[in-house]
Amino acid sequence: MSNVPMEYYLILSAFMFCVGVAGVLIRRNAIVVFMCIELMLNSANLTLVTFSSYLGNSIGQVFVFFVMTVAAAEAAVGLAIIIAMFRNKMTVNIDEINIFKW
Amino acid sequence: MPYIVIGVGIVLSVIIEISTKKSKEILPWFSVLLFMGTAIYSIVNVSQSFVLFSGMLEVGGKSAIFNAIFNFSAALIVLSSIDYLKKYEAYYGEYYILIQSSVLGMMVMASAQDIFMVFMGLELMSICFYALVGINRKRLSANEASLKYFLLGAFATGFIVYGIALIYGSAGSTSIQNLVENFVSYSSNIIFVLGLLIFFVGFSFKIAAVPFHMWVPDVYEGSATTVTGFMSTAGKAAAFSVFIIMLSAVVSYNAPNFFKNYFAVISALSMVLGSVVAISQDNLKRMLAYSSISHAGYMVIGLAAGNLYSIAGIIFYLAVYSFINIGAFSVISAIEGKDESRIDIKSYAGLHSKSPFLAAMISLFMFALAGIPPLAGFFGKYYVFFGAIQADLTWLAIVGVLSSVISVYFYIRVVVYAYFKNSEENFTIQTSVGTYSAIIVSAALVIICGFFPDLLLGIITTAVK
Repeated sequence: MSNVPMEYYLILSAFMFCVGVAGVLIRRNAIVVFMCIELMLNSANLTLVTFSSYLGNSIGQVFVFFVMTVAAAEAAVGLAIIIAMFRNKMTVNIDEINIFKW
Repeated sequence: MPYIVIGVGIVLSVIIEISTKKSKEILPWFSVLLFMGTAIYSIVNVSQSFVLFSGMLEVGGKSAIFNAIFNFSAALIVLSSIDYLKKYEAYYGEYYILIQSSVLGMMVMASAQDIFMVFMGLELMSICFYALVGINRKRLSANEASLKYFLLGAFATGFIVYGIALIYGSAGSTSIQNLVENFVSYSSNIIFVLGLLIFFVGFSFKIAAVPFHMWVPDVYEGSATTVTGFMSTAGKAAAFSVFIIMLSAVVSYNAPNFFKNYFAVISALSMVLGSVVAISQDNLKRMLAYSSISHAGYMVIGLAAGNLYSIAGIIFYLAVYSFINIGAFSVISAIEGKDESRIDIKSYAGLHSKSPFLAAMISLFMFALAGIPPLAGFFGKYYVFFGAIQADLTWLAIVGVLSSVISVYFYIRVVVYAYFKNSEENFTIQTSVGTYSAIIVSAALVIICGFFPDLLLGIITTAVK
């Protein structure tokens, strides 16, 4: 791993983060939006592992496990919410979820 | 200590819920006892500060004040939830358990001494909130509110985790003590400043500051009224506690405040937009949502100023705002009928003749939100503005004063409807002892903190130092 400069990993994870943010802002399907959020979390995990490896301390790798656990819990609640929505409305398109208006 | 008590309380609540059919009667009062006990314990032990779990959590001081605010708000909210859930025939045992878990998350956030603990506490709180907002799962409005809150909340979480990763990478450690002591040397590193900025952006979502406020009106309108009351007070206080912890380098060690401009801009935008848009709202919950945006703006003034005085001002403001807002939302939940009827301002016409007590209370809370002396809301604003002037941010204080003048219009409008308009619809108000006691306690606290602000401010100032 030490043959590859740290910057490459950081640039890759920054790019992944940007893809995630763009996806959240552009895509209209609630589940795809949710997957983009997971992509953002994973890019943060990649950053943490990279720094952890290059700094030579293990805090970052431990934290990745916490982030993964939290992401799983979040996915459980989030998918439950999306299913509850689908039961009532038969759609998960964000543009059609609009009973509240300014 | 208080963390273990709440943790054991959650486990006990789960056992009560699955083992008896009477959990409906037992759980709320058990939660109230738990919260009141923890709140009083925190207030009593405010001066004993020590670090737990190998430098992960700090008990006492600022965190004790915040723990007291969270637990006290939760106790009041549970009191007023009893009637509300009965009205909607939506009793789910997990409601109280989720409130307890979210309080535990807030307490971990407020006393965190490590960025990881901030993250864990934040997620414990947020995940409980996503579920609480959608607790009334058969209603479409609750579904929509929880979906919006979940997507934007998880989006903000993504920012926070990425920010934490960058901070960790540039500092090489996650201890907040280490960050605070070496703040000046780290801050020459662009990655550190960028990470902290992303971290703050994520938390700006959580405190509902403009331009990260889009979710607030919809979520506040769609979720159960009592949950809205809880989110807008304790949830906001928890997010502010993290800002205060992260800025303690600036406050206590006189490090330069890099984020002064960032905070000043979001605070000015929040104050003005919140106050102006609230004018056109007829739905009371939506109006209070915009008012909560503008109140977040007033509190952020204190972060922009970043001196000891303004930090004490923010904590005072948060405590007082919690009492006022919980009182106001309890009154709304008392008047609200089944199926989200009677939350429009028109339903408040002639409230005086239907229930003089509720009319007087809603007026009291509206005056307090508007910041009319000698009620408690006035001193909250006064301390924050004073801190801003000391930090050469006079223009921000002036914007704040102007927007609170604008906001008087829509607060007083409710009072005018309650006292000077004739009633258009007939309904009877069904509430019982729980809601009334929540309203009376918060009204008493608003008046006491208004006439004797030094009592509360004295405790807070010792805790901050």
